[in-house]
Amino acid sequence: MRSRVETVWPPLAFGVGFVGLWEGAVTVFRIREFLLPKPSSIWEALLREWPSLRIAGWETGQIAVAGLVVGVASGALLALVTTRFTGFRDSLTPMAVAINATPIIALAPIFNAWFGLTDPRSNQAVVVAVVFFPVFINTARGLTQVETSHLELMRSLAASEWTILTRVRIPNAIPFFVTSLRLAAPLSVIAAIVAEYFGGPQNRIGPVITQNASFARYDNAWAAIVVASAIGLGLFALATLAERYATPWKEPVHHP
Amino acid sequence: MSVPAVSIGALDMTFNAGTRSEVTALTSIDLDIEPGEFVSLIGPSGCGKSTLLRIIADLQIPTTGTVSVFGKAAHQARLDRDYGMAFQRAALFDWRRVHANVELPLELIGWSKEEREARAREMLALVKLTGFGDHYPWQLSGGMQQRVAIARALAFRPKLLLMDEPFGALDEMTREHMQTELLRIYGELGTTVVFVTHSIPEAVFLSSRVVVLSARPGTIHSIIGVDLGSRDEDTREHADFFEKTTEVREALREIEGDHT
Repeated sequence: MRSRVETVWPPLAFGVGFVGLWEGAVTVFRIREFLLPKPSSIWEALLREWPSLRIAGWETGQIAVAGLVVGVASGALLALVTTRFTGFRDSLTPMAVAINATPIIALAPIFNAWFGLTDPRSNQAVVVAVVFFPVFINTARGLTQVETSHLELMRSLAASEWTILTRVRIPNAIPFFVTSLRLAAPLSVIAAIVAEYFGGPQNRIGPVITQNASFARYDNAWAAIVVASAIGLGLFALATLAERYATPWKEPVHHP
Repeated sequence: MSVPAVSIGALDMTFNAGTRSEVTALTSIDLDIEPGEFVSLIGPSGCGKSTLLRIIADLQIPTTGTVSVFGKAAHQARLDRDYGMAFQRAALFDWRRVHANVELPLELIGWSKEEREARAREMLALVKLTGFGDHYPWQLSGGMQQRVAIARALAFRPKLLLMDEPFGALDEMTREHMQTELLRIYGELGTTVVFVTHSIPEAVFLSSRVVVLSARPGTIHSIIGVDLGSRDEDTREHADFFEKTTEVREALREIEGDHT
């Protein structure tokens, strides 16, 4: 196994190099700062606007996390229910796939009408809807794609359907579930911000980006984007950590 | 007279009966297996040998005919956990450590943790895997995984062991070694074994009787008794062993001849 330093250092070097190149390119080619601000300008904006950005990040982060928790829980739960009752699965799964193919973001104005423009539930509902499907579909797959020999072994031992669910299907689904978590975590932040574009209180990341962009304060808009990506990265890191703890039997592999 | 371990009478198995894709897998099978016997089922691919084993295990319901295991209907025998089963793929659970894989049947029966752990240790010693209890399956070789599967199948000391080409995926050297080990375990526990294979030397080396099945439809072509006495690695080089493998091979060639 590679040491921690060895795994951390190549992406870190790349990141530093990338920011350096960016800074250099903007300076050398005299790119106007409203098209692409220098990283140093973004950093200055971040420090300057920190009091309001901190609040915006906290508000948006709450929406993303609340939506993530509800979406993940309901996706996993419904997957369990549908596997337990075959008839339910056969009718529900194609419908879920069909709904998944529709752009859920388009529902944001509808949720605003349902819950009220300033109610955080309007934006949370978008996050729930976006997060739900990858979790539901992946978990359901893990619960049903069980090795035939495993099922035959359990049947030869006169195991009930309930025992097969708890001893075979659920453990089999855990890697699928945690993979869907890694998908859902960054999605939740994207969904929260896009939902905020459609309305809600003005002190959140989405409106902060649009307002600053409309006043040509692109350095501030970029600073807000940095905060948003930090939240996304943080959630992704948590999901990766969860994966490591939830599947201790896995051969150690390195994730990007 | 004792109750046979397995008794099959006038058994037919037809898949997709009444449709265009109807296949007669097995027809008029009669077979009695006595307690303590080691019986191999051999035949060309598609002869229904695995199907026959799965019918004994009540994993497949025959179209007509009777199957009893220790005098009970196959279904009841499965519910009573009268047999243990091993498959071609070891079918271990990735997420369970080796000892927990062996303990699985005991867990389902409702043994206490202490009893389970003690038995798992005993079984792992029997298959010579002492010290590997805390490993995960991926850390073991194919042969070792198959030993764990055998330990699991025998953990609750069933009187009957059903094996579906358990060494089919192993290399030749590991395979011969596993055969010797299986015979040792069979000798120690006195279990009845029904063993599906497509290897002639494997069938002859292991069995007290070799049941030769012909294909399409699967019927019993002949039953060849094997008496090699106590067997070890040298047995594979004995004249008796050659004689019996030749006899089984001739029977299989006769079947091929019928179809060409």
